[in-house]
Amino acid sequence: MKKKLPPISELSVLVLAVVVAGGVYLAAHLPKHTTLVPTTLAVVIAGGIVLVNLILLRQIKEFDWKVFTTVAKWTLLAYGLFAAALEYIFIKDGSRGGVLGLMTATLIIFAINLPIHFGFTVARYSNTKN
Amino acid sequence: MAHDVITQKPGDFKIVPTSAIPLVAIVYVGLLVAVATNRLWALDFFHVVGGACWTAVDLFLGFVVGPIIGTMSIPARMEFSKKFMPKMVLLMPTLVIATLAGGWQLARHEGFILSSDKHHPWVVASMIVVGVLAVVALGFLEPANIGVLFELKKENPNGEVIGKLMKRFLYTAGITGVMQVATLIIMTRIATL
Repeated sequence: MKKKLPPISELSVLVLAVVVAGGVYLAAHLPKHTTLVPTTLAVVIAGGIVLVNLILLRQIKEFDWKVFTTVAKWTLLAYGLFAAALEYIFIKDGSRGGVLGLMTATLIIFAINLPIHFGFTVARYSNTKN
Repeated sequence: MAHDVITQKPGDFKIVPTSAIPLVAIVYVGLLVAVATNRLWALDFFHVVGGACWTAVDLFLGFVVGPIIGTMSIPARMEFSKKFMPKMVLLMPTLVIATLAGGWQLARHEGFILSSDKHHPWVVASMIVVGVLAVVALGFLEPANIGVLFELKKENPNGEVIGKLMKRFLYTAGITGVMQVATLIIMTRIATL
């Protein structure tokens, strides 16, 4: 019988939804000055959930860490480049200060969350008996 | 659900088709040059070509290939997946970044992101659609895709796991197909305002 694993995938999808919502809110109001509160809140919530996910991940005893690391490594590379390209665009477009800080934080959370999500989702099926 | 045990030869395929990485690198470099130079044609090219391919792939997968795969036997799905899914691992993120980066810069270049612009509500609508697409694609579709590929790499792939992940893949492909219809409506509206 398979052991029940923590809801890391579900939380990762939630993080994704929160950062996307925060990013869309901010992008929809650029370049005019708007309140940064909703996006800041989104970043704080998403960052907190990522931390919870990392703690939950560390508590798993039996897990295929090799598969997790392989998937997470490649995902980090791919989406790290993705995030870097977007960061370059925001800087080039003249985003500065709080807006740039929030965009950067959003992209960092995005780039950390996806490797956890992909790695966990793949590795959870890895020990399934045939 | 039947616990199908597949006794096919283990996967002798690459999950990430590394031979195609140079092509991806060319697209990325081209995209960055387009953004850096801010040339209208180059931005339009990446946005239109990337977006057309992305939409076409999603619609074709969601409404044509998906339902066909759904009727195939597990071994047939596995055989199809081995050849099809590695290509998607590189293709989709490349199309998405080209479309989004090109589109954002294009909207900025043309002033569509200004809230005073008449295109702005439609641009925001497209951002929301892309946001939903991102959550569906990155939250469900892509991990399922990679999960299937890892399962197929095993000595004895588990048909039950593949069936479960493929089902998720096919449902989410259908959702992205529907979202792409919304994209088509929004984009054609923006172009004709």
